[in-house]
Amino acid sequence: MTSPAIRLLWCGDTALTVEFGDRIDPGLNARVLALDARLRDAACPGLVETVPTYRSLTLHLDPVAVDPARLEATVRDRAALPVPVAAPRRVWRVPVMYGGAFGIDLDDVAAHHGLSPTAVIERHAAPDYRVVMLGFLPGYAYLDGLDPGLALSRRSTPRPTTPAGTISIGGVQALIASIAAPSGWHLLGRTPVRAFLPGRDPVFLFEPGDGIRFVPTDPARWDALDRAAAAGDPVAEVVR
Amino acid sequence: MSGRLAVLACTGAVGLQDAGRRGHGRHGLSASGPMDALALAAANALVGNPAGTVALEFGLGGGRFRQEGGDAWMALAGAPSVIRVDGVAVADHGTFRLPDGAGLTVEAPRRGVFAYLARAGGFAVPERLGSRALHQRAGIGGLDGRGLRAGDGLAGADDTPSLDPGFLDPLPLDTDLPVRVVLGPQADRFTPEAVALFTDAAFTVSHRADRMGIQLDGPALAHGPDGYNIVSDATVMGSVQVPGGGRPIVLMADRQTTGGYPKIATVISADLRRVAQRRPGEALRFRAVPLDEAFALARERAALVAALPRTVRARGAGLEDRLAGANLAGAAVDALSGEA
Repeated sequence: MTSPAIRLLWCGDTALTVEFGDRIDPGLNARVLALDARLRDAACPGLVETVPTYRSLTLHLDPVAVDPARLEATVRDRAALPVPVAAPRRVWRVPVMYGGAFGIDLDDVAAHHGLSPTAVIERHAAPDYRVVMLGFLPGYAYLDGLDPGLALSRRSTPRPTTPAGTISIGGVQALIASIAAPSGWHLLGRTPVRAFLPGRDPVFLFEPGDGIRFVPTDPARWDALDRAAAAGDPVAEVVR
Repeated sequence: MSGRLAVLACTGAVGLQDAGRRGHGRHGLSASGPMDALALAAANALVGNPAGTVALEFGLGGGRFRQEGGDAWMALAGAPSVIRVDGVAVADHGTFRLPDGAGLTVEAPRRGVFAYLARAGGFAVPERLGSRALHQRAGIGGLDGRGLRAGDGLAGADDTPSLDPGFLDPLPLDTDLPVRVVLGPQADRFTPEAVALFTDAAFTVSHRADRMGIQLDGPALAHGPDGYNIVSDATVMGSVQVPGGGRPIVLMADRQTTGGYPKIATVISADLRRVAQRRPGEALRFRAVPLDEAFALARERAALVAALPRTVRARGAGLEDRLAGANLAGAAVDALSGEA
């Protein structure tokens, strides 16, 4: 069976985007991550770095060193290979303080779906999520796996700022935010985990393809965990 | 003894930049690095440094400094700025000595936006993820993850005793020339009229312009029937993203790594500095070029950067030598004005 067609989209002379589709789809993301792994292993002159997203892989290039035709051929060749069914590289347990001041939209999301806040927490913490993209801002982890029964289109008016560590949903997507930023998503909770912490080794905790499990955690533990995380303790643990 | 540059005052945005931080787009961190890479390379060439050595980047700003604990050789290139050492004017695009104890004043530029102050040997600030470039939004690089302010001190790194002081012809800012783009990656998400308008119309740099992106005023660019939301994909420095209102934004060095708006075109790497050096209120036109031409211009630019150290001319060299140097580098010879 041949793989569905890809589109090669040049972004000026410094990048080539390999587009597998234009939808949010775990199958597309698996193909993105498979090609990412293959190209990182392959010798591609002029390839500086790769950026996987939901449905495309962008190759950042040194325009002086790259051979565009050869690169296109390499990409088509590697993208046509079968995609292995990949288990997550590793699975993280991420503590989350839900509701109240930590998740100011929890009650509204519950009311919208006719659920109790506790039921929303249970449904949000139940799935094994997969990191499909780290992007927009440093360490922002976009997750696949949200219970469709929780999906809710974004707020009509974005908030000018939301705190670091915000756990939110927007449409069918779920997000772990690393640093404070404006957001139009619905805020369910907050994690003390620093997905991005300059000065810590590693600076970035998560990688594309990682698994994530949310662990509802007593808000009384916030101060201790937050202090530990600020001092460089991951606070999240790898369970597999 | 490498000395130290004490920061007495800063105006505008002043931060440290080197060639940029690569490899972490996959973690959501854009490369940062200089807004005008040619100007950074020129400042470094004047003090004998490799092109991407860390230097001060001034964005429509200036500052007052004092050299302490030893002499330093320095140079400023990019947007033309008045520089004074202990009150005495020295030329930009030329090497100057900053003696121990001397005061240095850099005024906000007369034209253009970004100027680079390089020191022979560079500055001794720690690398973060392989680079010293400041990414302000991420709070990484620079001095403790931030820009410079009064009270800071920048220790000098290794001195380069073999330095030959000299000068370069001032770099043209090219703010009157069109900005060349390659259409795409999502030009097909716009009406054909909008794509034609994009290269026909005059835009103006708005006041919403910084190291993350430069928003343009001008005619609104209409999206096609599929609207203005796409599933997020990656951006590059130079991506021309068009949100729902139809006003294009050129994403720059500290941009978001991914975005959910269609990108009508991409500024070619050689012309990024033409965007960066335009001030709010200045006009800008785009011209579409084929991809081959973008690669050829990138090679030309790389050759120019590689030739900069050979292009630095000794003070007092003859005009013919200077022109030969300029031609060797492929630079526009508009330098007859001003210095001759």
